[in-house]
Amino acid sequence: MGALLEVRELCAGYGATDVLHDVAFEVAEGGITTVLGANGAGKTTLLRAVCGLIRRRGQVRFGGQPIERRVTEDIVRLGLAHVPDGRGTFVQLSTEENLRVGAITRRDRRAVQGDMERMYGYFPRLRERREQQAGTLSGGEQQMLAIARALMLRPRLLVLDEPSFGLAPLVVQDIFRIMRTVNTEEKVSILLVEQNARLALELADSAYLLETGRVVLGGPAARLRDDETVRRAYLGY
Amino acid sequence: MEALVHQVLSGFATGGIYASLALALVMIYQSTHHINFAQGEMAMFSTYLAWTCVNAGLPYWAAFALTLALSFVIGVVIERVVIRPVEHAPVLSVVIVFIALLAILNSLAGWIYSYTIKSFPSPFTWQGLSNPYLAPHEIGIVGVTVVVLLLLYAFFRFTPLGLAMRAAAQNPVSSRLAGIRVGWMLALGWGLAAAIGAIAGMMIAPVVYLDPNMMSGIMLYAFAAALLGGIDNPVGAVVGGFVVGVVENLAGAYVVGTELKLTVALVLIVGVLLFRPSGLFGRRYVTRV
Repeated sequence: MGALLEVRELCAGYGATDVLHDVAFEVAEGGITTVLGANGAGKTTLLRAVCGLIRRRGQVRFGGQPIERRVTEDIVRLGLAHVPDGRGTFVQLSTEENLRVGAITRRDRRAVQGDMERMYGYFPRLRERREQQAGTLSGGEQQMLAIARALMLRPRLLVLDEPSFGLAPLVVQDIFRIMRTVNTEEKVSILLVEQNARLALELADSAYLLETGRVVLGGPAARLRDDETVRRAYLGY
Repeated sequence: MEALVHQVLSGFATGGIYASLALALVMIYQSTHHINFAQGEMAMFSTYLAWTCVNAGLPYWAAFALTLALSFVIGVVIERVVIRPVEHAPVLSVVIVFIALLAILNSLAGWIYSYTIKSFPSPFTWQGLSNPYLAPHEIGIVGVTVVVLLLLYAFFRFTPLGLAMRAAAQNPVSSRLAGIRVGWMLALGWGLAAAIGAIAGMMIAPVVYLDPNMMSGIMLYAFAAALLGGIDNPVGAVVGGFVVGVVENLAGAYVVGTELKLTVALVLIVGVLLFRPSGLFGRRYVTRV
């Protein structure tokens, strides 16, 4: 399997300060990669840098194409869907309109309609709320909506920023189950940033550990799961 | 009684103008959180363009359409060239830019067309419309306003581009992550606002006559309308426009007299800001600190 996303020597930050230093990692075509790390390690910054939302230098290749100089809108159009932290809900639009926004760059109207039905299949709660203003949805529903909105792009790579944040365990399980389905059945590769290391390592096939803006460990998820330091610091046993 | 009905209906006609202009203000406010102080002068300039077209021998509706197209382009160009560079500037800098734009457009119109008052034709002269309550042109204003509002509603509600513009105004970062070119959406918004202003200008010019300062009073009412409805609410702006139109007319006829009519707008503005800053329909934003 080749790499769908390849990052080398990535430095990025806000203003004059770099948060990331020489970061390198990969997401395999069809694979699930997770980036673990404590609060403030630079996980969200890493995802923003990949999508071109912040200042960055280094090499980022997506599907073989260099994207480090492209603007976010173009990167998205190449098939990279980012579920941002805070979920990025369009609070004044209805649930259904939120989904339509996710597919706004697509021209195949009939397929969009079909995908919308598929999303309602994944997340029946969203169907119940389709006419409702998205801002009135619960946290879990908004997270589902954010993922569904990203999938409406029919992305090659789904980038998720802490999808479990602030959600009830049952909802989290649901969301992780759907990520698995999306990966195996729709062949969407996934880059997942998580604080919940146990869940993330269960889902992912490869993993990286980020500490203060540097990758300190990387490899197959199973290896990180068995690693002494990861176990103590992030898994807690 | 007949006089009262006449005043109310006639208030609706001018209210339509205020509603359109207030809507243009709200559209730009929603996406940028700035009040476009030059909105009125842009409308005035567009009306002069229409006057030029009519004087060049174009039929009225052809001149109307051409003016809309030109105004749209001018609106887009103004956003790209003048507003874009100050996108991240402090609020005061942006306000200065708007005021400069106002002064430049005003002087430019005076320079090109002179400050002499000109008459502007009305397309609504059909005598079948005559009745004791409203002049044919006033009926025309109401009709045009309603059509414009319905078209705008349909555009924003049912087209993908309208949805993209609403999304971009609400949440620029999420919009970019959906692949929407937010910068262009803002420019399109300016184009639309300029075109709406042009319609308002062409509709009111036969009533107030054409001169570079024709919009100053009207804009005060439009500001009052936008504030009354809630500066971030398009429906509120439209309702506010009609309310201000009727209130202004009734106050002018029965309370303060026509000379003091303009103070009604100022009283409304100050009153709304003092007692209900979010307007009738505006949302209140609570920030946790």
